[in-house]
Amino acid sequence: MDKLIEQFSLGLFFWMLILFVILVFFLNKFAWKPILNSVNEREDGIKNALEEAENARKEMQNLNADNERILKEARAQRDTLLKEAREMKEGIISEAKNEAQAQASKIVEQAQETIQAEKQAAITDLKNQVAELSVGIAEKVVRGELADKNKQIKLVEELLKEVTIS
Amino acid sequence: MHRINLIKILTLLLLAVTISANAQHDASKEAHGESSHKEKDIKTEIKEYIAHHLLDSYDFSLFSYTTDAGKKKYFGAPLPVILWDNGLKVFSSSKFNHGKTLAEVDGNYYKLYHNKIYKTDTEGTINYDEEHHATNVKPLDFSITKNVVFILFVAILMFFVFTRMAKSYKGNLMPKGVGRLLEPVVLYIRDDIAIPNIGKKHYRKYMSYLLTVFFFVWIINLLGLTPLGVNVTNNIAVTFALALITYLLTTFTGNKNYWKHIFWMPGVPWPMKIILAPIELLGTFIKPFSLMIRLYANITAGHIVLMSIIGLMFIFKSWIGSPLSFGLAFILALLELLVATLQAYIFTMLSALYFGMAVEEHDDH
Amino acid sequence: MEGLNYIGAGLIVIGAGIGIGRIGGQAMEAIARQPEASGKIQTAMLIAAALIEGIGFAALFAA
Repeated sequence: MDKLIEQFSLGLFFWMLILFVILVFFLNKFAWKPILNSVNEREDGIKNALEEAENARKEMQNLNADNERILKEARAQRDTLLKEAREMKEGIISEAKNEAQAQASKIVEQAQETIQAEKQAAITDLKNQVAELSVGIAEKVVRGELADKNKQIKLVEELLKEVTIS
Repeated sequence: MHRINLIKILTLLLLAVTISANAQHDASKEAHGESSHKEKDIKTEIKEYIAHHLLDSYDFSLFSYTTDAGKKKYFGAPLPVILWDNGLKVFSSSKFNHGKTLAEVDGNYYKLYHNKIYKTDTEGTINYDEEHHATNVKPLDFSITKNVVFILFVAILMFFVFTRMAKSYKGNLMPKGVGRLLEPVVLYIRDDIAIPNIGKKHYRKYMSYLLTVFFFVWIINLLGLTPLGVNVTNNIAVTFALALITYLLTTFTGNKNYWKHIFWMPGVPWPMKIILAPIELLGTFIKPFSLMIRLYANITAGHIVLMSIIGLMFIFKSWIGSPLSFGLAFILALLELLVATLQAYIFTMLSALYFGMAVEEHDDH
Repeated sequence: MEGLNYIGAGLIVIGAGIGIGRIGGQAMEAIARQPEASGKIQTAMLIAAALIEGIGFAALFAA
């Protein structure tokens, strides 16, 4: 211990203290601060880049999921569309069928009606003609058998009786 | 004292090995006696050389040799001596002529004696007390010694290296050149020393001190191991200055919680609090003191052992001495490289630990 | 009295040696048990060893 104290040199201590404090001060200003700052910046940069990559990866995943979802939706929509179209087609076809049927039956009905009307007209016409004919025949008969008036009437009546109107 | 003892033990041990080896070589006993007497001289010379190596000096001599004419030649440059003795006295250390002559400045005479400057009379007499300590006046000595020059050199070196490293960050993410080598060390100090010990919240303000102290101690230890390097950290004054800065930083950045733990330890009964307060207060001094002693002692011990093992080569001039000495010195030099780094690490680590104690915030114990 | 100093120094070295040796041994065991915590264990080991070493040195210089 004595030896240590004896060896202690105040001058060396003084210079060491001064030089070292100056060294710390200058290095702090010109070396450590810039170095540590750049290292920190670099580390932050790396961290940010990693985070960004992670984010991008997540986004990509989200995008993929989105795509999948959209695809699914589109597929579902297509299916529904197809279904609707099919239904519509069927509807149209059946409607068309119905309408056609209705039209057809209407036409048939009209035809029948026309036929009936024609028939009626024909019958009327026939009746008229028969009447005319009958009148003509009657005229002729009348002309032939004008002498006998009673006989005439009798004949006419008989004839008329024979004629049946259907 | 113990280190001299250590050298003695080591020397004796290896001497025994050599003697037995020599005996096998049928060396005559008389020759033995002569050589052992001669070894004594070499041993004291080595001891003195080691002691000299460990000390600071007033001139920057890289090595010295003795010429054939018996004159000692020094290779190096003198350094300025700065004294405060009723006014500033500045003169070149060449005036001491390596302790052989007195330096005369403004009518005052100074003598370099045992590596310390004393004020003497014109004759250069040194007065001693009964314990053979010089009683002459010692002027306040602020000389630029070899160690100061070396500290300055390391400081400038660090300044250039690290400002260059800082510049190489500009505009690119990775540093260039030496920065690429040093960046992992810087990051290690931040991530494995500062943040775990101090905490994420407060570590920033201590970073510059921790980084500077780590690199300073590391570089100066490593350079001290080179053959021409100057051993700085084996001066108690240097380690004291470093420990003092750690102590002051701990004391002045300590928060309320830190002082509360020292003077009024929470969670113990009050008589214990009174007993603990002085112990804790003493502890705050012991912590930097142990920092100081640890660095000093490790480096000093390492250098003494390394140099004495190298010195063995000159003591044993037999076939076994040199390879043994070389092998041991090589292994020890490797160990010293580890110690140089480890001590820098430990100093930084413990400083960080003390700072961490000073700014700790939770009080759950 | 000089001799007592050396004996004291020897005792200090023995004590510190045992202490540091135990720390090292226990740390090895801990690392063997939990290799993943080796970094933390090493740090703690170094700190503890350094503290003992500090006390040892302080006592050595006092001796």
